[in-house]
Amino acid sequence: MTKHPRNELLALAAGVSLAVLMAGAPALATTPKDTLVEAFAIDDIISLDPAESFELSAAEVISNTYDQLVRLDLNDTTKVVGDLAESWTVSPDGLTFTFKLKPGLVFASGNPITAEDMAWSFERMVKLDKSPAFLIEQLGLTGDNVTEKAKAVDSTTFTLTLDKPYAPSFVLNVMAASPVSAVDKKLVMPHAKAVTPTSDYKYDTDFGNGWLKTNYAGSGAFTLKIWKANEAVVLERNDKYFGAKAKLARVIFRHMKESAGQRLALEAGDIDVARNLEPGDLAAVTKNEALVTDSAAKGTVYYISLDQKNPILAKPEVREAFKYLVDYDAVGKQLLKGVGEIHQAFLPKGQLGALDENPFKLDVAKAKELLAKAGLPDGFSVTMDVRSTQPVSGVAESFQQTAALAGVKIDIIPGDGKQVLTKYRARKHDIYIGQWGSDYWDPNSNAQTFASNPDNSDQTKSKTLAWRNAWDIPALTAKTEAALLEKDSAKRAQIYQDLQKSVMAEGPFINVWQQIEVAGVSAKLKGFKLGPTFDSNFLAPISKD
Amino acid sequence: MTMTLTSGRAGFLPARTMRRIRGVAGFLTAIVTTYLGLLAVTFFIGRVVPVDPVLAILGDRASPAAMARVREELGLNLPLWQQFFIYLRQVLAGDLGTSVLTTNPVTTDIVHVFPATLELATFGTLIGTILGVPLGVLAAVKRGSLVDQGIRLVGLAGYSIPIFWLALLGLLLFYAKLSWVAFPGRIDIVYEYDFTPITGLFLLDALLQGKWDVAWDVFRHIVLPASLLGYFSLAYISRMTRSFMLNELGQEYVVAARAKGLSEPRIIWRHALRNAAVPLVTVIALSYAGLLEGSVLTETVFSWPGIGLYITNSLQNADMNGVLGGTLVIGSVFIALNLMSDLLYRTLDPRTRAK
Repeated sequence: MTKHPRNELLALAAGVSLAVLMAGAPALATTPKDTLVEAFAIDDIISLDPAESFELSAAEVISNTYDQLVRLDLNDTTKVVGDLAESWTVSPDGLTFTFKLKPGLVFASGNPITAEDMAWSFERMVKLDKSPAFLIEQLGLTGDNVTEKAKAVDSTTFTLTLDKPYAPSFVLNVMAASPVSAVDKKLVMPHAKAVTPTSDYKYDTDFGNGWLKTNYAGSGAFTLKIWKANEAVVLERNDKYFGAKAKLARVIFRHMKESAGQRLALEAGDIDVARNLEPGDLAAVTKNEALVTDSAAKGTVYYISLDQKNPILAKPEVREAFKYLVDYDAVGKQLLKGVGEIHQAFLPKGQLGALDENPFKLDVAKAKELLAKAGLPDGFSVTMDVRSTQPVSGVAESFQQTAALAGVKIDIIPGDGKQVLTKYRARKHDIYIGQWGSDYWDPNSNAQTFASNPDNSDQTKSKTLAWRNAWDIPALTAKTEAALLEKDSAKRAQIYQDLQKSVMAEGPFINVWQQIEVAGVSAKLKGFKLGPTFDSNFLAPISKD
Repeated sequence: MTMTLTSGRAGFLPARTMRRIRGVAGFLTAIVTTYLGLLAVTFFIGRVVPVDPVLAILGDRASPAAMARVREELGLNLPLWQQFFIYLRQVLAGDLGTSVLTTNPVTTDIVHVFPATLELATFGTLIGTILGVPLGVLAAVKRGSLVDQGIRLVGLAGYSIPIFWLALLGLLLFYAKLSWVAFPGRIDIVYEYDFTPITGLFLLDALLQGKWDVAWDVFRHIVLPASLLGYFSLAYISRMTRSFMLNELGQEYVVAARAKGLSEPRIIWRHALRNAAVPLVTVIALSYAGLLEGSVLTETVFSWPGIGLYITNSLQNADMNGVLGGTLVIGSVFIALNLMSDLLYRTLDPRTRAK
């Protein structure tokens, strides 16, 4: 190091410029012709075993790689159509469903799909008792009775016996959920690990759960090739699929969290689809001629809720007053901007019985009048727990400002998602803002949580949203239960409409908006369409120019 | 966390041996205490945060029975001190537990994510050092001049501009507008599934396997994030170099050297810088360790699957095994780098060498 510094700097500068020149300016990047590359925040996936995984992006992977007996009818999402099942019948007493499988079905492994596989898939789901197990447990299945109640009559006939004559629409909607998939028993069982039974887990096998978390045993339009947590999911076309074959050979979901980064990569052609665009980036994509956008209303509704353990918030006039203290118009136009639409009922649009009316708007005078009636003419102070993500925190701030106009001083307590949720589940909040995504595409999923609270005590087994806000409602709870047994779909829809109206009028919930999922898409893609649910974003019809 | 290995001046043999033994024992105690402290602090913070880890595993909708079962499986029903000892026993047996998020053993995850950060941080530190040291020397030599002001401005900007903003700006310019660099991630998807890394350092692996096109692609992916991290450490390294150099240039031996008629470059580069290099090594090592911690924001923007992203993700999902494992690795990095810079001291500074 004896050179003169100036010479060294010069050499360095020359080196840098050379490197820059060498890097040149290659042509715009493109993704391979037979491959779809989607940028997608997939860090929520913790397992790809259908009996265990219940996260949003996992549901999309499962629904494209596994098949269920029935599927939602995408043209009318209040109905289902057969998927693996060719037909089904319900016994006169409403207790037994008999499904007839389509002939000649095979898994991607080449093994035939039999009613035995279906029965075993039900058995492992109930016995493993992971997050999605409740889906079929609510039909009366337990670890002790599942092999009796869900069984194969012959190789193509599967029967399911319920504990109560539930509405057929409810049963079928549950069966259409992605966790209720056919799993290849012959393929999985050799990988099952022996376990020592305990008082909590009575079985001597893990039903292949440890293996299937990261492996694949399905029959869908695509097969799962690779899942690298927080990095990528790679799917490949299943040439043995019984339905219309996928047009592309390979689909790669690449984990990207940042909206701006997704937009840049989309504009540069390194990805074909950007799935997590925020309003600003979405607007930029809309203006780009080489790109198009797609959107679909999803089954997630956002609400503000008032803990009824707080004596002030428990006053009916106060509950009602808050419903006039949200500036719905401004929230919709300025904060949601394409990623949500104002929706004041607890059922998302597209579900059986969903109410599509928004009776409330910002009315400070009316809210003041109601507060005065409650003996609070000067307002009061209260806290609100808010998770620090957009658009939720933006809406919370808007609500804080409009509530102040009526003298209600809201202290926002910001927090991380899990932290806020822990507090909410322990009923230690005052006001909460959050979302509820339907677990399955049936009105019962939301009704059971917004309009039902079987046991308001702290030791309850069922921590519904009504429970979390300590809203004790025996009459509505009974009505929600009755709706589940209503065989006539039209009558059933009517009950849910009444329930929504009751919650709107008296409930501690201020339902504000319904989520709209958006995607920025390369104009070269054909057939990209977001579905109405997270497990109906189908990849098979997508092709490339 | 600075530990010094250096022993004092030489004495009689028995006393020296005793001192050696005492030195090594002291050093080992320091390491064990550091690890224990690190584990205890992280563990207890992890348990005290008001987040229910069972929520992370089962989600919001699981039955209370399932929640109770998982709570028991995780040992969360035991007293805190007992949980800590169980964890300590596992760690000593080399088991960092299983990550909830990735379902892999934490050790497997770290072996997977750490090379990504190591590659990026090494590249960044190289850039920061190669550019930062000469800039710092230049600023010291030309103190008060326009050059000095310019370098100060560059340094201050590097230190104070939020790195995610700079990263997005860099992407906009070098990736979106000029197409000089590649994005996102470490490697293009075309290669990602045909290329089998050995060490996990992609650039090295590609070169070792003689895959020049892969190496070029990896280089195009790493160059922007590494330059950003390099700029960030350049800012720090150049400022520190400047002040160390100013200190040396004011010393009498420099005056003596000038009086002897040595050329100015020789005085600056050979004599002054050599003496300034001793504290500078610690600065560079600490800045390297800082980058090895994983720059969360850079890793997020570039979708770089490194350890910073891994720990943050684990933290946000209340996955304490991941957080503890990651913290342990970073602690080890700090300890190792401190040790290495202490050893380098001995090479650079003859006074610290035992005779």
